[in-house]
Amino acid sequence: MASLKAYIATRALLVIPTVIILLTLVFFILRILPGDPIASMVGQKVPPEVLERLREEAGLNKPIFVQYFEYLFNILHGDFGRSMIWGKRPVIAEIMDRFPATLELTIFGFILSVLIGVFTGSIAAFKRNSKLDASMRIYSIIAYSLFIPWFGMVLQMIFGVYLKILPIAGRIAPGVEPERITTLYVLDSILTLNFDALSSSLIHLFLPSLTLGIVLSGAYTRLVRNNLIDVLSQDYITAYKARGVKDRKIALHAMKNAFIPVITLMGLQFAILLAGAVLTETTFSWPGMGTFLLERIQYRDYNSVQGAIVFYALFVALISLVVDIIYALIDPRVRY
Amino acid sequence: MKGIGDTMEVKNLATRIFRPIIPEAEGRNMVIAGLIIVIVILLMAILADLIAPYNPTKLAGRPLSPPSLENPMGTDNLGRDILSRVIHGSRIVLVVVFSAAIVSMSIGVPIGLISGYFGGKLDRAISMIMDSMYAFPSLILAIAIAAVLGPSVVNAVVAISVVYVPTYFRMVRGQTLSLKSRLFVEAARAAGAGNTRIMSRYIFPNLVTTAIVVFSLSIADAILTEAGLSFLGFIVTAPTPDWGFDLSSGRPYLPSGYWWMITFPGFMVMLLALGFALIGEGLSEVYAPGRER
Amino acid sequence: MMVAIAEIAERTEGNDNVLKIRNLSTHYFSRRGVLKAVDRVSMDLKKQEFVGIVGESGCGKSTLAFSIMRLIQPPGKIVEGEILFNGKDLLKLKDEEMRKVRGKEIGMVFQDPMTSLDPLEKIGDQIVETIQMHEDIGKNEALEKAMKLLESVGLPGDRVNYYPHQLSGGQRQRVMIALAIALNPTLLIADEPTTALDVIVQEKIMEILQNMKEEGRSIILITHDFSLAAEKSDRIVIMYAGWIVEMGDSSKLVKEPMHPYTEGLLESVPDIWLQKKIKTMPGFPPDLINPPSGCKFHPRCPHAMEVCKREEPPLIGVNERLVKCWLYK
Ligand SMILES: Nc1ncnc2c1ncn2[C@@H]1O[C@H](COP(=O)(O)OP(=O)(O)O)[C@@H](O)[C@H]1O
Ligand SMILES: [Mg+2]
Repeated sequence: MASLKAYIATRALLVIPTVIILLTLVFFILRILPGDPIASMVGQKVPPEVLERLREEAGLNKPIFVQYFEYLFNILHGDFGRSMIWGKRPVIAEIMDRFPATLELTIFGFILSVLIGVFTGSIAAFKRNSKLDASMRIYSIIAYSLFIPWFGMVLQMIFGVYLKILPIAGRIAPGVEPERITTLYVLDSILTLNFDALSSSLIHLFLPSLTLGIVLSGAYTRLVRNNLIDVLSQDYITAYKARGVKDRKIALHAMKNAFIPVITLMGLQFAILLAGAVLTETTFSWPGMGTFLLERIQYRDYNSVQGAIVFYALFVALISLVVDIIYALIDPRVRY
Repeated sequence: MKGIGDTMEVKNLATRIFRPIIPEAEGRNMVIAGLIIVIVILLMAILADLIAPYNPTKLAGRPLSPPSLENPMGTDNLGRDILSRVIHGSRIVLVVVFSAAIVSMSIGVPIGLISGYFGGKLDRAISMIMDSMYAFPSLILAIAIAAVLGPSVVNAVVAISVVYVPTYFRMVRGQTLSLKSRLFVEAARAAGAGNTRIMSRYIFPNLVTTAIVVFSLSIADAILTEAGLSFLGFIVTAPTPDWGFDLSSGRPYLPSGYWWMITFPGFMVMLLALGFALIGEGLSEVYAPGRER
Repeated sequence: MMVAIAEIAERTEGNDNVLKIRNLSTHYFSRRGVLKAVDRVSMDLKKQEFVGIVGESGCGKSTLAFSIMRLIQPPGKIVEGEILFNGKDLLKLKDEEMRKVRGKEIGMVFQDPMTSLDPLEKIGDQIVETIQMHEDIGKNEALEKAMKLLESVGLPGDRVNYYPHQLSGGQRQRVMIALAIALNPTLLIADEPTTALDVIVQEKIMEILQNMKEEGRSIILITHDFSLAAEKSDRIVIMYAGWIVEMGDSSKLVKEPMHPYTEGLLESVPDIWLQKKIKTMPGFPPDLINPPSGCKFHPRCPHAMEVCKREEPPLIGVNERLVKCWLYK
């Protein structure tokens, strides 16, 4: 197990260059791309003095490399600057208000997508070349091609507008919010045993996370199917049979082996999930990071926009680290 | 010098690319279904002015009237014919997505080829940057770029091109790495072929089939990104018809039950993405038979 | 030919045969046609007997082994015959009954030890799972047994805590043998167990197999290495294109091969003690979807006669030997 620790330490160190590259990328996009970000965000109608003041506030009139190092230094110290509107709160505080909503949505969407994907993919593989297999493969391509806002609205139309059994907007019914501990409503309601809040937050979560879950499940269906078919033809599966191991147990071993490449996919899927969440949040008026980013783009709040994108970058780096650690925990070949 | 090896490689290439037309090739039905969808939508975009029953930006009936004989897909909140908007709405997405694909390919493919072929420190640096970009949520990257550049069709092309450069880079680099140690490349090198010649005559032709698959799949993905940007208001402004944008215009009317405003434009996004996804998936089976059986 | 089968049956009836295969055919149904990988094969195996099955690659040896284990996967199918194992016909058992035979009564060792172990499970866990599948014993007891098993095949007991990728090919093959004998089966089938290993390791593995025999098990060793079979086994069965073309006592078969194919195989053995010049046999085993008419060996046979092209030779008994060739009619 010592080697597992060593692996995790090395992998954690590798996060540093990734983070710096991502931060540089964000800096490059926001400040060096042709066009003045402030001017294009503010529009043409603003008087030059105001424009100058905004540039000053965003620190955009210093030499570019000074800006770059200030930017890196500040972010690595957790300082995302202050919002340029509404009482100039620290950007990080504003993000922390909105991020839990996104986290809750993405976690549920993620779990659903993996469950649906593993289920459909395994059926397809175990019933290979049957009609069931063919329909699972069609499912995977259609799910992959679904446009999130449209699919979300179709679900809203069916369950919210016609059947009227599920809400179509918001995180929770007004007035029943649980006491704030983690700001993950589901978790907070469980921790405080507040069942009204729990049921309300769950029914609000249902459609948005189902939307995300189904759209993202397609990639898993396909990967699980192909991996499982691959694994089932491996010698060690035949060897298990030759030792009289029961089919059910062999299926579990096969799924475990087939799951390894799926873990790698999870990292990438999480990034897609975050992007999908921007659209899902907009569709379901979900007060998360995605709607925060879009709002602030509209309000021309440059610091908040930069902060939000930087935050996404850091989160992505963290997720890829976590995925690699999980990988090492499951696959012994990585850690020795 | 034109050796036997050259012609053989090229001939293999031709048979490989055109394998989909062999009747028993697996995945052929998927390719055909995808092609039909894509071709119909392409024709729709080209012939929009001829086939659309109304001007997509002018009043064509009572606002918010449901589908009828006059307006087969109903009208929107401003009384415009949704069918006509759906037909015209195919234009921007196709233009944006194809232009972006061409731009990102012409950047990603050569960099990937050179990076993978020469290897070394430069390759590692470029790969690291590309991998970081690839790991970043693509729509958010595109939103950031579009927000800085301002909403416009050209800026959307820029934003989407940047997002898909790493996809092409990674594919080409990976293929180049595995191809450059293959026997026919070694043989060409032994016969005195230079680097440029090896890359252009031996490596590039052999990654064409993979490139075609990645191209179709990334177009499918780019369609969804374009529609997302448009939905969020980063590409067109009223009254220009575009599927993503029209979907967002229909959103406020959803709770009142005006289903036709959202159903059709969103469905078209899915259909177009599905078309390219079918082509890509089908081709990947055709080119790598056995893998998917 | 029917006479010949009756003859073997008669000769072997009532004695201590562990395995009796009668008229077994296994075919693969491909798009190109039917491939008769095992074609009406009959053979016996006595208690504590070490039999080598020899033939070029593609002659149906593995298919025969997998048929005995009933592990033939589609597009393959056992189309006819009987496999009597300790008196019961394996082909008539229910799936669950057959599962209990596998591992418990018949153990199998595979050709490639690198791919035959689950990479995600510790060696110990794989052995324990196998034992617990068949015996109602606790985890600790099973683990202790696993360590003893590893020691019995010449590995330190602490290897139970290792993952497959931490072991060499030879070590993994020992693990495979430990797994195959974990439940003390009466029959052990080893399908080219040393082909993927180097010569020194090969010798060790063969030693273990011989010990298994001394302990009272019957062994089937499948190999394309004639000298290996000649050296280790009591009896040799020669397979060609899905047929058994010759079988008999090892030493006699090596001293005076009867079938031209056996002769050819022996001449191509690069071994000094056989004191013969090495000659490679011309040609290749036939395409089994469209095999040659008559005797499937006739296109490569130096003694081919007219009748060989027309009619399938019968299996003929000659002094304790069986040979499928027109030369002996
Ligand atoms: N899964 C399969 N599908 C189709 N043909 C097979 C399959 N497995 C083996 N065969 C064919 O059966 C014949 C015998 O193969 P095998 O039993 O593996 O021979 P050996 O073990 O003697 O090398 C060969 O011609 C081989 O091509
Ligand atoms: Mg074999």
